[in-house]
Amino acid sequence: MDQIVAFFTDPANWTGATGIPNRLFEHLYISGSSVLLALLIAVPIGLYVGHTNRGSGLAINTANIGRAIPSYAMMVIMLSITLTLAPILGYDPGLGLTFLPIFLAMTFLAIPPLLVSTYAGLRSVDRDLIEAGRGMGLSERQILARVEVPIASSILVGGLRTATLQVIATATIGAILGGGGLGRFIFDGLSQGDAGTASIYSGAILVAALAIGVDLILAWAQRRLTPRALRRAPRAGSSGPASVVGGPDVAAPAPSGAS
Amino acid sequence: MPPGTKLFDFGWLQDHVGLIVERLGQHLELTIPPLLLGIVISLVLAVWAVRQPRVYPPITAITGLLYTIPSLAAFALLIPITHLTLITAFIPLTTYTLLILFRSFASGFTSVPAEILEAAEGMGYTRRQRLFRVELPLAVPLMIAGIRLASVTTIGLATVAAALGGDTFGGLGQLITEGIQTFFPTKYLLGAVLSVLLAFSADFLFVRLERLITPWAHARAGAG
Repeated sequence: MDQIVAFFTDPANWTGATGIPNRLFEHLYISGSSVLLALLIAVPIGLYVGHTNRGSGLAINTANIGRAIPSYAMMVIMLSITLTLAPILGYDPGLGLTFLPIFLAMTFLAIPPLLVSTYAGLRSVDRDLIEAGRGMGLSERQILARVEVPIASSILVGGLRTATLQVIATATIGAILGGGGLGRFIFDGLSQGDAGTASIYSGAILVAALAIGVDLILAWAQRRLTPRALRRAPRAGSSGPASVVGGPDVAAPAPSGAS
Repeated sequence: MPPGTKLFDFGWLQDHVGLIVERLGQHLELTIPPLLLGIVISLVLAVWAVRQPRVYPPITAITGLLYTIPSLAAFALLIPITHLTLITAFIPLTTYTLLILFRSFASGFTSVPAEILEAAEGMGYTRRQRLFRVELPLAVPLMIAGIRLASVTTIGLATVAAALGGDTFGGLGQLITEGIQTFFPTKYLLGAVLSVLLAFSADFLFVRLERLITPWAHARAGAG
């Protein structure tokens, strides 16, 4: 315990490339950029599939396969691909060793929960509301933007929550490949034997605190975005978006593999 | 990888079939006990939550909190307490299953229509009989959906344990870690691909199992 307090109060741990602020920045940077890219890919597909219900089987099956791939394995498979492609595409092999495999693996991992929640969110919208919108003369685009997305927004944020947490956890494992982020405290500590115990513990506490903090913020956003009339939502098991996808409440936070 | 290294060395694979089988076996030894323990704990919690609905939110909150902690951090936090023993891997692997399993079990039980429960009561079933003969069988499809997800998750997370524990935990994660440390792509790719295949096989196995033990659920789904 004293060692951990000493770790957090040591000014050396708060400055420079190996300090807590920089490691936290690295963690947030790689997590944020891969979630952003995943959003850019998954949300348009999810909106299209959810609105038109075209290709839903393919999209959901692809997403389910994606969910079954363990994140560590995904990162390692990406590693071999990025290393092989480095001489062909001519980028720095160092990039193919650390940043790229972690970044790509995390992007791929974030797509399934985002895609499934966007789709499930749109499908959960009462068909009568959409018909009413059509009857009022709204265009398909207006129905999507003014009816479906606002009603589905809390489920969408639920998917974002799952994806973000998975990515934050995977970024920690990225330290095994030599990536930056808070996982470095754990791995650098492991290589130092007994002297590294404080670093391992502190790194684990920082990662857990970051994940819980981000989860709380997104949970708050999710609650705020739920239309008031739906806030006392029916309990899991009754009809809801879950039945669309056939898993235990897919749209709610969490149920995508932990990492 | 150093220039000239083959991405996949099939000769190495042929020479090390015994090692690979051993690692696969270790991986199962690492994943099955936490999964079984998780199922037992979640079943007890779910039955409790269905009888006393007010315990549902706190159980979800606590299992959700445990689920939120990244696996690497959870393993690392336990090392000073339980040291490099199998327990260090078993504890987080078990707690990660709880959120998924508890929610799917609880929603399985609550999905049983009230009329069916009343009919069972009307036929003179005791609470225990009703639980085992009516609620449990009808909850099976949702329960197995949860077990599928939990098993896939556990198989994936077990590879992470090896990154910390070296040869204590063994399993496919050790192939990955050793492969990365020695810059030997064959080894880490094999570890990664086999863990994906194992996860898919487990998923497929539970789908078949569910069809086998609840044929009625699929007859109905086919008609609707």
